[in-house]
Amino acid sequence: MNAYDIVMDLVSKVSDISELPQIGAYNIRADGAGAARQNTENIQIITKTDKPGIDIMVKPGTKGEKVFIPAVITRGGVDDLVYNDFYIGEGADVEIIAGCGVHNCDCEDSHHNGIHRFFVEKNARVRYVEKHFGEGTGTGKRIINPVTEVFAEEGSYIEMDTVQIEGVDSTKRVNKAVLKEGASMVVTEKIMTHDDQVAETHFDVDMVGQGSSCHLVSRSVAKDNSRQLFQSYMKGEAQCYGHSECDAIIMDSATVSAIPEVVAADVEAQLVHEATIGKIAGEQLIKLMTLGLTEAQAEEQIINGFLR
Amino acid sequence: MLELEHISYALPDGKQIIRDVSLKIPDEKFVVITGPNGGGKSTLAKIIAGILTPTQGSIRLDGEDITGLGITERANRGISFAFQQPVRFKGITVRDLLSLAAGRELSVKEACGYLTEVGLNGVGYVEREVNASFSGGELKRIEIAMIMARGTKISLFDEPEAGIDLWSFKNLISVFEQMHDQIKGSIVIISHQERILDIADEIVVIADGQIAQIGGKEQILPELLTGAPAPCGCCKGGIC
Repeated sequence: MNAYDIVMDLVSKVSDISELPQIGAYNIRADGAGAARQNTENIQIITKTDKPGIDIMVKPGTKGEKVFIPAVITRGGVDDLVYNDFYIGEGADVEIIAGCGVHNCDCEDSHHNGIHRFFVEKNARVRYVEKHFGEGTGTGKRIINPVTEVFAEEGSYIEMDTVQIEGVDSTKRVNKAVLKEGASMVVTEKIMTHDDQVAETHFDVDMVGQGSSCHLVSRSVAKDNSRQLFQSYMKGEAQCYGHSECDAIIMDSATVSAIPEVVAADVEAQLVHEATIGKIAGEQLIKLMTLGLTEAQAEEQIINGFLR
Repeated sequence: MLELEHISYALPDGKQIIRDVSLKIPDEKFVVITGPNGGGKSTLAKIIAGILTPTQGSIRLDGEDITGLGITERANRGISFAFQQPVRFKGITVRDLLSLAAGRELSVKEACGYLTEVGLNGVGYVEREVNASFSGGELKRIEIAMIMARGTKISLFDEPEAGIDLWSFKNLISVFEQMHDQIKGSIVIISHQERILDIADEIVVIADGQIAQIGGKEQILPELLTGAPAPCGCCKGGIC
């Protein structure tokens, strides 16, 4: 496979596009440098001058457009650090498809550290989809450490779907958000770890505005000898509603920790946390086996459904 | 033909749940198993489905000894089992389950067809996750729809009427009758309901882990309905 094919193969795995889109904005980053870019009338992507990364400027009122910003690493020994800032103009409604794919057939580690900040203006809506994926036969580790910071203005809405299903040896994800009056955030995280992988997720959400809300759902499967940590800190400083849910299936010799913290600093703050860690329920396996599936097939169906 | 020969089942602590049960379920028969709570009916159903292994005895399906076969192998040989307490799944939809039951990917229309037959109308049900948002009665109907989608030669139901409201009960009876006509297999239902007993070809009364009575509904039903004391296993259908 040549370099272009490796890049596009990884891009397709993390962003569901198999070729460069004809319409819509995109920026593809490969091995620490910009590889391709397209702007539209409403969405401008500008290279930062003070540090590596880009500013994605979405004009107020932009509706229904998508932005693709995958980053891929095709070899070992790459240490990529990128700062991407998204400015979502007032009343806009857009979708951002990000993601990171690391292909490492070498013996040196490869890192991708993406620091994403979202400035979501009044009444804007944004859906952010991010997929992390690793592959390759080398002994070098595939390491992805993303940071997201959300500044949600009045009446805005941000939805984040993040998925890491396979091949990432180590990940530490840090998510921070400040939600103003009437702002809402919905985060859905799906993680599967296997072998000796390590995955950490930290959420820090501050609901400062009246009527703000946050809903965090983390579903994970830990197999083999892998380790996972889920930590959430959710603070309500006004009349608000916060809900976080960590639901994990543990298998083999894996370890899963859930450390939730909810802090109410207003009598009208309503905060809920749920954490469940357990093995696949025996009755679920039995039910699917009575439909003719083998135990292994039943397990696969249950996990695929759980992480869907 | 499903044949149970001298089946016994004891718990690890030695408590005997099923005692020397022998039973033949011929092809295309509609058999209802009834009897007092705790008598061993559900245990017997689980032994037939392969979920529990009998401590003694053997099970034959169409002449083949299936005693040593697991749940999957029995399912693939044509045994279906609707649980008394249906299982919930996170992320698995009603259509997924019906497709797994049918052994192929069902279209929305096909899945809706099965659901309509069990009284769950509306496309809205098909793509819903089979999770805690469903009521017990809805889950029971999905469980029955799965058995219909499988269409196997032995369909085993453990108290299908539990949680189903009275209004829907009449439809439930016609579902079983229709299934019997269409699939041309044997239907075995564990039930306490007179109206289900009334459509049986044969009624088996299980009490204290044994067959207390067995026979046509004309023979068994009047005795059960006259309020005669519940028969016990020790006197084989007599009244102690």
